Amino acid sequence: MSKFQAFMGWLDHRLPVTTTFEKHMSKYYAPKNFNFWYFFGVFSMVMLANQILSGVWLTMSYNPSAEGAFASVEYIMRDVELGWLIRYMHSTGASFFFIVVYLHMFRGLMYGSYQKPRELIWIFGMFIYLMLMAEAFMGYVLPWGQMSYWGAQVIISLFGAIPYVGEDLVTWIKGDFLISGITLNRFFALHVIALPLVIVALVVLHILALHEVGSNNPDGIDIKKHKDEQGRPLDGVPFHPYYSVHDLVGLVVFLFVFCFVLFFWPEGNGFFLEHANFEEANGLKTPEHIAPVWYFGAFYTILRAWIWDIGPLSSQLGGVILMGAAIAILFVLPWLDRSPVRSWRYKGWISRINLVVFGIFFVLLTWLGTQPVTELNKWLGWIGTLVYFTWFITLPYISANEKTKPVPERVTG
Amino acid sequence: MSNDGVNHGRRRFLIATTSVGGAVGAVGVAVPFVKSWNPSEKAKAAGAPAKADVSKVSPGEMIVVEWRGKPVYVVRRTDESVAVLETLADRLKDPANADQGQQPAYANNTNRSRKPELVVIEGVCTHLGCAPKFHPEVKPEPFDAEWKGGFFCPCHGSRFDLAGRVFKGSPAAKNLKIPPHSFENENTLIIGVDEENS
Repeated sequence: MSKFQAFMGWLDHRLPVTTTFEKHMSKYYAPKNFNFWYFFGVFSMVMLANQILSGVWLTMSYNPSAEGAFASVEYIMRDVELGWLIRYMHSTGASFFFIVVYLHMFRGLMYGSYQKPRELIWIFGMFIYLMLMAEAFMGYVLPWGQMSYWGAQVIISLFGAIPYVGEDLVTWIKGDFLISGITLNRFFALHVIALPLVIVALVVLHILALHEVGSNNPDGIDIKKHKDEQGRPLDGVPFHPYYSVHDLVGLVVFLFVFCFVLFFWPEGNGFFLEHANFEEANGLKTPEHIAPVWYFGAFYTILRAWIWDIGPLSSQLGGVILMGAAIAILFVLPWLDRSPVRSWRYKGWISRINLVVFGIFFVLLTWLGTQPVTELNKWLGWIGTLVYFTWFITLPYISANEKTKPVPERVTG
Repeated sequence: MSNDGVNHGRRRFLIATTSVGGAVGAVGVAVPFVKSWNPSEKAKAAGAPAKADVSKVSPGEMIVVEWRGKPVYVVRRTDESVAVLETLADRLKDPANADQGQQPAYANNTNRSRKPELVVIEGVCTHLGCAPKFHPEVKPEPFDAEWKGGFFCPCHGSRFDLAGRVFKGSPAAKNLKIPPHSFENENTLIIGVDEENS
């Protein structure tokens, strides 16, 4: 027995290292027909690591006070050695995180990865998404630029729409009667410690739940139905080394793209870091055009879409409820889809067209959220909102009634 | 009492009471964490009144005064602007100040001001808190072809007249707030104090 084996034996008697590695890596059988879309889960994990690493380094030079925050970010950008790179890794990284998360979610929609028995994986994923939105929002406040300030003003004011307790709730969240250094300081605490802890815990749950039931695949079929004599799925390959190495290749390509943007286009033309945020927060002057960062665009458009006062549903409360519903309805998706098949490859043509239309309109809503309200944009926003909700509401009927194609017994490559 | 020597009733009772006790304790522990988010004494003390000299505000102009960290708009309206206010009622959501919370009693009139021409308005949109822009001219605007002068919020397109009353079709539901204010003398405005000459 080699020294290494002896050491592992010693370790395994005290900590389940080998069994855990086998369960989640070397003996975790993933379908062998994963395609391009299956990269984005791993990329999301890499971006999470990037955010944590660059974030920890930023806190070393950042000053979470109304007086010092803006200047300390400029200090990081100009005076700290390679501080600009770490800052851009974090700020541009946030946009990339959302890009890969959105693609990861769309993969789930295409291949029915949320369907039974993977409802919990989807729900944990949605909680991660929700927490990421909170995390990104609070992070955007920290540089204390104009958009930080007024973005926070708008988003916190949303809670004011809640009947009776709204105004007190807003004051409680701000810790002041206006957005001030007090608000900034608590957002800093939530952004750097509380929410990251929650997100990491949710990611662990997301993966534990996934490894319990096994990964879905582009055919949406169960690979555990056909096993060899040793009980290994015929259509599965061990995650390690087959997918761990395979994902590294994709990761290299992804990091090339990320680095290109990071070095040559870090502000994304105002989409990753908005122009107004290069001006220090001024509580007396709202920027001419105030818009969220692109990844909140779709929900922001839906918020703006409700402009009517109908009974207790004021234009303000109505918008908040509509936006809340747009997020909440994603959580129940596993119970809205009643199709006997998972993957859109075997669903009817209505489902396939609908999903493409849904995707296009989600992109449209996202874009509209970053644009000023004009007559045309208002109408596009209404149409987009209608399409968004119609997709969910009609899903149970269409998925339950449409004619599906026969699903193959084994994966199709 | 079952025959295995375990008193199940007592065991259930003990589990239930310790659980309830634990839950009460958890709620109790939450109290300081929730309370610490309330505005601190320092934050509460920061609300001092603000003074402004309004003698240099000519008709049709606006100055912005900071009060409790919020922008307060002081506008001297032209006579034409004051006359227009009477004609807008059917385009407004709340032309008669039905929502009493949005202005002090002395501003509960069509002009929403102590003096007909000089109006003091909190520049905080009642929709989501942005600062509306001052567009005093009567001319067709991209956001309203029949614009008679007023405030336009760049965030979500809420429109208000020159008395801070909200137009129908705006996302904001309430008129802009009139802060407590008074005049120390002809030209000195005090924001944050109701009584005159106090």
